Amino acid sequence: MRTAMRVAAAGATLALTAFGLVACSSTSTSGSGGGSSSSTKIDKSAYGPITVVQGKDNNGTLPLLKAMWDKAHPKEPVTFKQQSDQADQQLQDLLLHFQQKSTDYDVVSSDVVWTQQLASNQYLQPLTGAYKLDESAVVPAVLATSTYHNIQYAAPAATDSQILYYRKDLLGSKPVPTTYAEMFADCSIAKAKGIGCYTGQFAKYEGLTVNFSEAVNSAGGTVVDSSGKPTLDTPQAKQGLQTLVDAFKNGDIPPAAITYQEEQGRAAFEAGKLLFYTNWPYAYSLTTTDASSFAKAKPDALGIAGFPGKSSLGGHNWAISNFSKHKGTALEFLKWFQTPEVQKFAIQKSSAAPVLSALYTDSSLTGTYKYLPTLKASLDSAVARPATPYYQAVTTAIQNNAYAALKGSKTVDAALADMTNAIKQAGNG
Amino acid sequence: MTTADPSTAIAPSPGDGRRPGRDSLDATRRKEVRSAYLLLAPTIVVMAVVVGYPIVLSVINSFQLDAHIDPATGFAVTGGFAGLSNYTHWLLQQCNGASGTVPCAPGSLAASFWTSVFNTFFFAVVTVTLETIFGLWMALIMNRNFKGRGILRAAVLVPWAIPTAVTAKLWYFIFATDGIVNAVLHAQIIWGSDLWASRFAIVIADTWKTTPFMALLLLAGLQLIPEDTYEAARMDGATTVQTFFRITLPLLKPALVVAVLFRTLDALRMYDLPAILTGGGGGKGDATTTLSILVVNQLGGTNGQNSASALSTITFIIIFAVAFVFIRLLGANITGSEKKARKVAKEV
Repeated sequence: MRTAMRVAAAGATLALTAFGLVACSSTSTSGSGGGSSSSTKIDKSAYGPITVVQGKDNNGTLPLLKAMWDKAHPKEPVTFKQQSDQADQQLQDLLLHFQQKSTDYDVVSSDVVWTQQLASNQYLQPLTGAYKLDESAVVPAVLATSTYHNIQYAAPAATDSQILYYRKDLLGSKPVPTTYAEMFADCSIAKAKGIGCYTGQFAKYEGLTVNFSEAVNSAGGTVVDSSGKPTLDTPQAKQGLQTLVDAFKNGDIPPAAITYQEEQGRAAFEAGKLLFYTNWPYAYSLTTTDASSFAKAKPDALGIAGFPGKSSLGGHNWAISNFSKHKGTALEFLKWFQTPEVQKFAIQKSSAAPVLSALYTDSSLTGTYKYLPTLKASLDSAVARPATPYYQAVTTAIQNNAYAALKGSKTVDAALADMTNAIKQAGNG
Repeated sequence: MTTADPSTAIAPSPGDGRRPGRDSLDATRRKEVRSAYLLLAPTIVVMAVVVGYPIVLSVINSFQLDAHIDPATGFAVTGGFAGLSNYTHWLLQQCNGASGTVPCAPGSLAASFWTSVFNTFFFAVVTVTLETIFGLWMALIMNRNFKGRGILRAAVLVPWAIPTAVTAKLWYFIFATDGIVNAVLHAQIIWGSDLWASRFAIVIADTWKTTPFMALLLLAGLQLIPEDTYEAARMDGATTVQTFFRITLPLLKPALVVAVLFRTLDALRMYDLPAILTGGGGGKGDATTTLSILVVNQLGGTNGQNSASALSTITFIIIFAVAFVFIRLLGANITGSEKKARKVAKEV
């Protein structure tokens, strides 16, 4: 008896960590939101001070944004709340507040791949009726990340797509590749120099989902259809993954790239170990200024171009919490953030790429942000990652199977078949 | 009238001379017990709220279906009673097919369950074995009298004092493809990705970090061994090896068992080191995924909490069983009861 109690005490204490996590986030969700979307006019009481939540402000822009907003809306001041700088923790924080139906958050920043799962749990105010936004100026591919079941739930705030970085000095007079095939055809140059040819992000994490989707989309395939069903049994999808697998096999992608996230790839490229490399635009200013980068000494050696195919989309959307007491002001905030002034301000202060098409050719920006036209070229063909309320399970299925295929421990056919089944099973609840 | 008088039930046999004294002794005892419970009450309430409630809630949730999407509206609906399906999901690899259950597709989280169980036990057994050997060795050295012993003890503690997250990042750079390990070995091992290389990266980093903890626990045990037992052994002409196996080890056993128990339970819950060092990757993508990592991954989305509850209940039962075996078979004395300690001492 005493022994049993002792065991119980020890076991209970030691297992607490795991349990605490589960119990905290296991509140079930029932569908009953604010739901004032049917009315055509927003009530006066829906205006007032708002709290806007986003990830860590690395560039110190929030106080400036607050000053701008508060000046224009003295009666409805904004309070910015910063979350952690880890995406997983940001999502957990949002879920905890939404599950409690907390009125603390009025506007939340949603990563482009979260919008569907937040919307499916009715945590977000649908942007219909009185909440309808005019989004005609927004880049169409970007706008697509904010809808679920053909209803818009969020307003794009900042976008992102990958671009191609390359060694202009090594490529010489050859044309810049616009497809994977053209790129790998140029690998003889890298071989002659004794360096690696290409890398993206192939470690087993979200970046692999981004890169796998790019390969499939660029080959003319799709990962899922509009209803979230897997479409990986096509020759195009197979060709997409096969291209990457072959490149790993013949060394065009160096073996170490299987551990590369963005930063390891950037370090390798800057150290002169790669001919081609795809990454988000944030790397541009770092690669041109890092002391250890080849481009610091020889700026002309660095070239940038649109993604050689179809890039995946990154970025953030603003969404209105369904539990907000000041949805009217929240809507004003969404509109305000999409004005050219604020969008310009965002790229100048935090390098957040604008969501408005017109700004990519704005001469006041393209002088300073030389990569903008390049980025626009990538954005125009960019494809969102699978839009599904089961994103977590879908991205896990993609990461595990693509990783196994790239390492050669699974055939391309088996990897795609397993991926298809796993995505289907996720959808079956 | 057969109503039993409670006092008669405990009435002592007549002629007991010590009867009044014993009665008052019992009364004092009862009073003490009452006030003991009274003093313990706040703690019991707090434990019930912070330990009992989450565990019970988690177990209840594990019998509920996960929320799923109504295809017509696109909105999530709560699941209802699940029976054991959340448990069979993990243990028997049953996933939802279009109609009825099908085996879980490779690459899904559920398909990683048995690999995770293997990884968890592999890490626990290998790291604790290595830590015990190295820890004992370090403790024996530190137990000797020599110049600079204080400095050595402080130095040994350093790996333990570094936060695990920092340790993990540290070893991440050491095991990088162009890191120092590959440079020294003149090899091109991809530590973050190879099946066994990634596992041993975790084992090496964990052993480096937690051996000092083992060493200190064992050092405390060693210092409790009276010097005269060694003197007696020397008088009898025992060799160093004989002294170690006949005196040191048996007398160290209580401390050793507790240290091994703590480390084993700790290792079975391992999360932060592999999560940061390899991201749970390697092999087919789950070579270093432990049960705790699997629980956290399952919790990542909006719709998997009840499966996660079942998984953490399974994890709980596994850890519980291991603790039970330890305490039952090895007589680990973790609550410091004297009876047990005496028993252990007698066995020695």
